Amino acid sequence: MKRTPSNEDFQFSRRDALRGLAVTAGLVTVPGALAACSSSTSSSSSSSASTSSAGAGSSSASAATSGGTISFGSNYSDPAPKQAFAALVANAKQSTSVNITVNTVDHNTFQNDITSYLQGTPDDLATWFAGYRMQYFAAQGLLAPIDDVWDKIGTNFSDAVKSLCKGTDGHYYFVPIYNYPWVVFYNKSTFTQKGYTVPATWDDLMTLVKKMKSDGLIPFGFADKDQWPALGLFDILNMRINGFDYHIKLMHNQASYTDPQVTAVFTQWAELLPYMQSGAAGRIWQDGVKVLEAKQAGMMFQGTNQIGAQYVTDGKGLSDLGFFPFPAINPTYGQDYIDAPMDGFILPAKAKNKDAAKQVLEYIGSGAAEASYLKYDQWDVAVATGAQVPTYNSIQTASVQAMANLKGVAQFGDRDTAPPMATALETAILKFIANPATSGIKPMQASLASQAKSIFG
Amino acid sequence: MTHDVTRRAPSRREKQAPAGRRRRSGRRFSRRDILVVAAMLAIPVLGDIAFIWGPAVVSIALSLFKWSGIGGLHARNCIAGGLFPDNGCFTGLGNYHEAATNYPPFWPAVQHNLIWLGVFVFIATPLGMFFAVLIDTGLRGSRVYQTVLFLPVMLSLALIGIIWEFFYSPNYGLINTVTGHNTNANLIDWLGDPSLNLWAVLVEASWRQAGYVMVLYLAGLKAVDANLKEAARIDGANAWQTFWRVTFPSMMPMNIVVAVVTVIESLRAFDLVYITNKGTNGLELLSALVTSNIVGETSRIGFGSAIGVVLLVISLVPISAFLYQMFVRKEAR
Repeated sequence: MKRTPSNEDFQFSRRDALRGLAVTAGLVTVPGALAACSSSTSSSSSSSASTSSAGAGSSSASAATSGGTISFGSNYSDPAPKQAFAALVANAKQSTSVNITVNTVDHNTFQNDITSYLQGTPDDLATWFAGYRMQYFAAQGLLAPIDDVWDKIGTNFSDAVKSLCKGTDGHYYFVPIYNYPWVVFYNKSTFTQKGYTVPATWDDLMTLVKKMKSDGLIPFGFADKDQWPALGLFDILNMRINGFDYHIKLMHNQASYTDPQVTAVFTQWAELLPYMQSGAAGRIWQDGVKVLEAKQAGMMFQGTNQIGAQYVTDGKGLSDLGFFPFPAINPTYGQDYIDAPMDGFILPAKAKNKDAAKQVLEYIGSGAAEASYLKYDQWDVAVATGAQVPTYNSIQTASVQAMANLKGVAQFGDRDTAPPMATALETAILKFIANPATSGIKPMQASLASQAKSIFG
Repeated sequence: MTHDVTRRAPSRREKQAPAGRRRRSGRRFSRRDILVVAAMLAIPVLGDIAFIWGPAVVSIALSLFKWSGIGGLHARNCIAGGLFPDNGCFTGLGNYHEAATNYPPFWPAVQHNLIWLGVFVFIATPLGMFFAVLIDTGLRGSRVYQTVLFLPVMLSLALIGIIWEFFYSPNYGLINTVTGHNTNANLIDWLGDPSLNLWAVLVEASWRQAGYVMVLYLAGLKAVDANLKEAARIDGANAWQTFWRVTFPSMMPMNIVVAVVTVIESLRAFDLVYITNKGTNGLELLSALVTSNIVGETSRIGFGSAIGVVLLVISLVPISAFLYQMFVRKEAR
């Protein structure tokens, strides 16, 4: 190749410079856009929202008499809950004469967008979760208090449920629809066939898992690819060993992860871990359920909402599926506490038609409304006191019994604490599962404590 | 951009001389010319500032705050000990300090980004070049091979992640079933074992990257004058010598494109790890940490921005090196 005059060089370098710029642009956009996009959407949507909420006052005033129309933001995007929600909405329309339009969003998307959703132009009502996860948004002023609704529906609920619907300021911000317990599932046929009995204490449990292992079963099916399932086990061990109050203190950053109580939780877990299915970090919980269904696993610890639905999806009869509450460890606390996540509805502070929305909430806060929802939802149970739900199956009936005499109900590891802290705990637990050596427990606690300090600080 | 270069490479040489003469003859610009030039410069510059430098600068500013995305930013310092994390307060370089000292996924992420780059530079890209050279020799059925190897490039990375999950799934996956590792006693947890999963995902990524590089390189090879190779053969060079001494040097512009594509593809790696497990448990990448902190309820926007800025700085290293090379080499000539 012959060298051409300087003119070509000029053009060559200009072209390369342009190409270089394009490359720079492409690369810079990656971190820049990732970092800036969510903040810019939320700030721009909040500014647009302030104008819309300014104009909303007049419409809500006129709505009080006529019932009006509200939009209902729903994350019940899977077929079964979607159908159940449609039934609830149809009944609410009939009983309140408020016209309701449902705006369904995929549930992961809905949860990911919640911050900008509530600050932007939210629907008049939205689906959400009880406890800290609701209190956080209430404390930021993004939810409207609904004490007047609770004046009317308060008698339908127990004090335990009421406290989960209140913000930290003591006002109500939430109306529940159902909850479901986290319990130990097993195949009844396996237990009868092999002569196993339901364990009541930790010692019983250890005897059982050893027996199962020698019988060629995986004692505990275990799947943690989604990272939240293992939080359930952390919660229940913490509540069984250290009690409900300590668990909530830890979740609320009022106790330290370096406490000996937390060491006890992980030490106990390490004892059980050899009897739990290996490879949990790469397995989704649906596949874990399959192992239980196939009778390769003896037990599995999960929410009824998840296991039941999966069991039936795979065409198995429910008759063989049974569950029991996690065995007692510390006799002081016995089996008094449980994780039972409760779902329900919030009224965003920026809702346009609050009066009509409150009428709908009043209807939803009744046993009849819960029954109309649960007619199509076969895995959750009503939270209203004495709700009559004739459509309960065996799992739902057993869930009601399991939760009848509890002294405290936690929501779930990722619902009871700040989301970044839940993520940090999930990450630490995954590492612990891969390497449960006792020497690693103390450093893990120290790391969790210093992350908690940074997250809550 | 890349196709531009390959297509125009031969024509550039032909048109150079007349273009140069024309430019030299028209020295003076009319008012209209100046306006046109100004507009043509201003629009891209404004776009550049609005969509690239603006967000980048905002990210840098946000990285100095602790912010959940709710409410405004304040100049006050953060207060610890509340039930809810403090919000909208100034932490200065606190986020960077936290990331480096008190955020377990950070250093693994940096390491994984470097491993990713290394695998692309030393394995995936050379493999793609090798495929291209093989296919370019015109071996029988080369079109079939070309199609097969290019197929992954036509799939989105998200889809590739999902397809490979079927191969890697521990109890029901193809690989474990075929090799008999699907019983719980000898299970290989390809995507869950933190010491294995990065390599498993790099296989997925290389599967696509090799095809991508192959197509780019094949286009370059087609443009190489066949006479050069023939001359080398007549001079007694073997295939290895012909490639390294004749073909490779004559493809310098394409080599640079491939190098740049390789670096970009490895720094922007995100889709596969996000699909696999959202970039956790052995698959941490800086890009995944940015999203996991910013998107969703976690909402540590300041902290996520700080990690984004770190990624920006890392990206600037190869970019600067590349630009420096380009400009300095041309000026020195």
